[in-house]
Formats: sequence, structure tokens, C-alpha cells
Amino acid sequence: MTPAVVRELSAELRGFREVQSLAYECAEAVAAQLKPGVTEREAARMQREWLRERGVRDWFHLPFAWFGDRTAFAGFRIPLQFFPTNRKLEAGMPFILDMAPVYKGCTADIGYSGSLGPNPVQDKLLADLEAHRELIVREVRERRSLREIYEDVDRLMVRQGYANRHRAYPFGVIAHKVDRVKERRISPTLFGFGTQSLKGLASDAVHGHRDGWSPLWSPYKFSDHPPQPGLWAVEPHLGFRGTGAKFEEILVVTDSKDPEQSAFWLDDDLPHVRRWAEGI
Amino acid sequence: MAELKGLAGARERWVSTGGIELCVAELGDPTRPTVVLVHGYPDSKEVWSQVAERLADRFHVVLYDVRGHGRSTAPTPLRGGFTLEKLTDDFLAVADAVSPDEPVHLVGHDWGSVQSWEFATVRRTEGRIASFTSMSGPSLDHFGHWIKKRMARPTPRRVGQLLGQGAKSWYVYMLHTPVLPELAWRGPLGKRWPKILERMEKVPAGDYPTPSLPSDAAHGAWLYRDNVRARLSRPRADAYAHVPVQLVLPLGDIFLSERLYDELELWAPGLVRRTLPAKHWVPRTRPDQLSAWISEFVLANEEREAGVPAQRTKATGKHAERFGGQLVLVTGAGSGIGRATAFAFAEAGARVVAVDRDTESAARTAEMAQLIGAPQAWAETVDVADEQAMEKLAEKVAAEYGIVDVLVNNAGIGLSGSFFDTTPEDWKKVLDVNLWGVIHGCRLFGKQMAERGQGGHIVNTASAAAFQPSKALPAYSTSKAAVLMLSECLRAELAGQGIGVSAICPGLVNTNITATARFAGVDAEEEKRRQKKSSRLYGLRNYPPEKVADAILTAVVRNQAVVPVTPEARGAHLMSRFTPKALRAVARLEPPL
Repeated sequence: MTPAVVRELSAELRGFREVQSLAYECAEAVAAQLKPGVTEREAARMQREWLRERGVRDWFHLPFAWFGDRTAFAGFRIPLQFFPTNRKLEAGMPFILDMAPVYKGCTADIGYSGSLGPNPVQDKLLADLEAHRELIVREVRERRSLREIYEDVDRLMVRQGYANRHRAYPFGVIAHKVDRVKERRISPTLFGFGTQSLKGLASDAVHGHRDGWSPLWSPYKFSDHPPQPGLWAVEPHLGFRGTGAKFEEILVVTDSKDPEQSAFWLDDDLPHVRRWAEGI
Repeated sequence: MAELKGLAGARERWVSTGGIELCVAELGDPTRPTVVLVHGYPDSKEVWSQVAERLADRFHVVLYDVRGHGRSTAPTPLRGGFTLEKLTDDFLAVADAVSPDEPVHLVGHDWGSVQSWEFATVRRTEGRIASFTSMSGPSLDHFGHWIKKRMARPTPRRVGQLLGQGAKSWYVYMLHTPVLPELAWRGPLGKRWPKILERMEKVPAGDYPTPSLPSDAAHGAWLYRDNVRARLSRPRADAYAHVPVQLVLPLGDIFLSERLYDELELWAPGLVRRTLPAKHWVPRTRPDQLSAWISEFVLANEEREAGVPAQRTKATGKHAERFGGQLVLVTGAGSGIGRATAFAFAEAGARVVAVDRDTESAARTAEMAQLIGAPQAWAETVDVADEQAMEKLAEKVAAEYGIVDVLVNNAGIGLSGSFFDTTPEDWKKVLDVNLWGVIHGCRLFGKQMAERGQGGHIVNTASAAAFQPSKALPAYSTSKAAVLMLSECLRAELAGQGIGVSAICPGLVNTNITATARFAGVDAEEEKRRQKKSSRLYGLRNYPPEKVADAILTAVVRNQAVVPVTPEARGAHLMSRFTPKALRAVARLEPPL
């Protein structure tokens, strides 16, 4: 992995980093409170309340929680199945917490994978995600087309013996753009997504469509273009026989000529990165 | 000792109990955990000889002739001398003699299992039994409740179950007639019995049954007369097992319906189930599998008693009771259907040998297989087309891992292009892998299976292209059609030996066969483009290899001959039978590449 580059982050990026680490803090706090019998709905509510208490008023999307084989999206056919259910957590079960709060106008979108007690399969999946994080930033720096990078990630997953589960997300995206969101007095949501954020995404989609790019990073033709500068929430999601694992964090893409500066992860001080560094 | 033929090296002792002298044989180190094997009807302790031999290096194995059988003496009078209470006395006497301090692990077959159920459920044996493995012998009390429940509320299904078991129990009624059974056994039936066993039950000929058979069978009739009517009409209400129980269920048993055990968990909490595609006399026909399961169960319970936490990942797969502990070899296990199949077997608790020509991906498959439930998994780098390498592999596997129970000949490569563009080298390559790979696998591992004589299964991955002609796939389809026919012929040849052969015809499945396929008659760049295009098309179809793996496990469990998997494969299979002309029209279409 790349050595932690000490960067002079612009004030704006610092805002994004702040909300991203807040969100991961929330995930760790909620994960520590999970115990057998807690349902997905309760876990989602715990995340929502934790963040509301700390000043989050708007969402890119409301918090999700997936337990057991739902971490691998087993049998998912319609998007409504992403919403938290009454499934109860049991000992040894894997879980994923996924939330996208907006704080002071900055958006974060994170995914946190863990398990209640030891789960060697998920540990293995999490360890193998490291190669994906490296692959993605390397190929973005090479300015490869997003569709090609997607296919390379796919190939790596197949080599590792896993199934691509981000394919189950809307449009099969491995990543999507996030941006600043205007702070309004009320922040309604539509199917779990904040309307302000959806508006931003839609306007990106319209502008991008004219210029030949898309804010959605998918396996389809509309993603057959080099990375667009901006902030991308990248979420590779591995599945292996009823166990899933993902991380999600912001990749900063700039138009700098220096490869190091042209793309970098917003923050390297995140639970999954620390986990790899500790060699677990 | 002539009488101990088949039990080489056994130490013999006599235990007296209630005026009866029981002949007891012991093998193995007496300081090890004691395993007591109880035989059935009409048998003597020698029925266990092969199982005992296999267990003797790990356990203190004890066998005894049940009263009236083998060399043990018979009670006088016979009537009333064979009640379960008296049999329990016998067992306790033997257990106290061979293992006075430690509880024993009990294994029973047929009537040995029937009486062991009594031992495992009555109060006075508590603390004397550590575990119980039951095969082909239900508890008469459970049986009585089973019948009562079905009589009390006779739904059509329950009536069907009653009639089914009723028909299988014909011999029980016969044994209740006076004198005649004794006459038959001491006369013509006793003489012909070995041949009947060989023909009907596929029990290998040899030194079993022993010469004592006629008198064993004549005395043993009193087992039925003394217990069956009494227990079935008034079953005990408290027949709960006070020890961990493992049930080995031979699916081809003509005397006992598998439905008998449907509610067994109510009587034996934490029951471990195993199923075996075999007939009634499993101690003679499947000694390897039985001794493996007995060892595993005994050791697990010993460790639990000693407070050692369970170390292994528990196999949770759908067919765990069938494949637990079996040895499965999969070729082409580094990717696609082969890898998914290896994982599916691993999840069912099988030991997996992952064979692939790519070392790294085979190792990866083996590593992941162990994570999800395979007790052991190994990777082997072999090109299936290489005859010598395959021979070496077969030798190594037999020597180091054992005889393969399920062989999956899955390795294959793709080749597309017009017949006239396909060069002799192309032909050779595709036939070498797709056909010769299967031939070598069947020849080498199939032979080992047949020689062992304890059943097994061979799965060959053919293709929907085996019955769907196409102008784009002449060589590939030819190789796969050959595999299909080979499987059918082999199935016929091996049917008599309890070895099943299945051909799997997947159809369009999202694997990397498209990305590595050869496209004849085009340059490298165009080949790359077509590989990419076909991969994308298969990706859009997105039929996961995991579903094919599930179909393979089901095919083994049900011993299916030909299994088309995807809907298009099933459609083509139907069309090939009923509308072959339409299929030929499809063959003329140009694939959209």
C-alpha cells in the first residue's frame, strides 16, 4: 500500500475527511454495541441516532445494515431488499454497516464490515480487499477507462475465488460521485436517498452525458471513459458463499499531472487500512 | 484359532452373565478409548471384522457374540431368554469386563443397533456409554411411537409410510411363526444364505457368513419373538438417549424405511446424521466409510469430554450428511465450475483434492475450501491431458489421501471456429483436454474405486453442446458429445459395482472459459476481441457456476445420468429428443460475436 502521504488538503477536502472519519467512528461505535438478537432495523436506527446526535441532518442515503448471508446479497432481486429487515444477529454472523451522512455540506459514504465473534471467512475476504484498494488507485492514476478498471477488479475477484457483489447495487456500480450538498432547513429522502444528493447526482448525470462521462462507475458503456476529477465513493464488495465484505471510502481524483496527486484516497486512517497495517 | 478367522490378532476372553458364557474378542491398545461393536441378525461378531481391523490402530475395539449367536452359549429355555433387559445385562457385563473405569463407545448394526438403543436409553447404563453410532436398527420404542402416531391421525402420507414400512417388515411376520423359521435356517435357507447375500445385498464373497449361521439364525428368531410385539404395542414413553447419537442411514436398505428416523431428533437431541448409498449390510460393503465416521464421532466426543474446544469449521452445506469426510477430487478446480464444485463439496464437509494446471489457483481453491468446512484440502498441479502426470497423480492420491469417493472430471477448454479453420493441432488440443482428460480420470481413479469395491461416483462435465450442434463449435461439441456417451457407457459398466456416473451439461455459464477460449481462423487481435465479446455476453447471461455446482452435488446424491443445468440447456435437451430438426436449424445460426 502507498505510504501515508502527508498532504496539504484544501479546506474543502478536510471537510469531507472529517465527515468520513465521523461516519467510520459511528460504524465502530455501533459495531461495538451489536449483540445477538439485534435486528438490522435496530442497527440502522442506532447509526442514524448516533449521527443525528452529532449534528448530521441530511443524508446521501440513510444507514443500511446487512446481517448474515444478506452481507453477500444472497437472493437479492429488487432494490427494496437493500433496506434493513428484522433479521436478528447471531454469534459468528458477518455484518455490514453502510451509511452516507451529510455534515456541514460535505458527504461521506462508508461501508464497514465485521462479524459478531470470529468469522475466518470474512477475515479472509477483508484481507483480500487490500489488493483491490491498491489496484483501483493504481489504475485510476494510469487514467484507464473506468469500465476497464471495473473489469480488472472483476478479474481479480474471480481469481481470488469471489463473486462480484457490487454488481447487485443500482446500475451495478462499484463507485459513484459524491459532492457538496446545499444545507436546507428540511432534508427529505426518497427511497432512502437524500433528495439534495439525488439532485446533485442527476445534474452530474445530465452534464456528464453531454460531455461523455457519468457519475456512476459501472460495467456498462456509459462508463467507458477516463476517471473524471472529483470525489468518488468507491465500494468494492466481495461475496463468498453467503458471506460478504466491503469497504467504502472516498477516492479523490484531480487533474494534476503528478500521478501521486492525480488520484489518492482521501484518508488512510480508516479501520480496514489499520487492520491491514497490523497484519491481521 | 479357526473361529476367529477374519479377526486376525484378536485376544479372546469369556464373560459370564446370568448363566450365559459370552465370547468376547478384543483388538488394539486397551489404553485407548474402547469401542464396542454389536452385531445384528442373522450375524455373529465376525460381521464387523473389516470395520474392527480399520479401527484397531486407533481404538481398543471390542466385539462380542450376542447370546445364542456365534460361540456364545444360548439361554435355556430360548423363550424369554432374549428380552432387551437380558441383553442389557450382557452388555453391561462385557463393558465392565473390558473397560471397568471408562465409558465405552457403542456401535450397533441391525439388531445390534436395536438393542443398543435400549442400552442408550435406559437409566442403569448411564455413565457407562460415551457415544452411540446406530445403523439399520431403530429403537423398538421409537418404532412403536412412530406407528401409534401414524395410526392415531392417518393422513394419506402417514398411511403411505405405514404401508411402506409394513411391506418392508415381511420377514418379521415370518419369524413369528413357530418352528418353520428354525427349520428353514437349519435346512435350505441356511445353506443358500451366503449366495443370497452376495446376489441381493452385494456382500462380497469370502469368509463371511461364518459356519455358525444356521444356529445363529435359529436362536436369533427369539430376539423378535421376545421383544417386537411387546415393545411395539407398549413402547416406553421415556426412551430418550442419554448419550450423543450418530445415525448412519443406508438409503438402499430393503428392510427399513428412511422415514422411520424422521422424528429421531425428538429422542436424541444433537443427533448427527449420515447417509450412505448402500444396502443393509454396510459393515461388510462399506467398511472404509463406516470406520471413518465412527472414528470421527468417537474422537469428537472424546475431545468434548476432555474439554477441548471444537477446532474444525462445522460443515453447514445442504448435503453434509452425505458427503461428510468423503474424499472428492475435482479437476479444473482453479476456476469456474470446478472451483465452485470444490467449494460446494467443501461446504458439505468433504475432503477435497483440487487439481488444476495452474498451481496458484489450485492452491487458492484448496485454501478457501478449508475455510468453509473441508476438514482437509490439497492442491495438485496437473495437466489432465498428460497421461503420465495423471498416472502419477492417481498413485499419489491413493497413497497419501486415500481412495477417491467422488471424482469430478471437469477440466475443459473452449474452441470456436469453422470446421475448415480448425487445424489438426487445434483438434488435438481440445480432444486431449476435454476427452482424454476425462478418459484418464475415469480410467485411473475409476479403477481404484472399482477395485476397492465400496461404491463411489464419477461426474463428468459435458456440455449442452453435446446435444446442441452448432456450426461455430465443431471441435468443442464433438469432444463434449464424446464425454456424454463415455459417461453413459461407463454408467452401464459400473452400475453393478455401486458406482454411479453422471454427465453434467451446464449450458451458458459465466466462467472464464470464454476468456481463454481459442477462436480458430482469426488473428490474435480478432481472437482477443471475440474473447472479450463472448465474455461480456456470458456475463450478461450471468448464470453463476455455483448453481452448476449445486446441480453436480444433487446429481451425485440422486445418481442422475444426464443433467442439463441452465434453462437453455434443458430446452436444447428436450428439443434434441422431440424436435431435432428445430435444433439443427439453430445450429446454422451465426453466433453474435
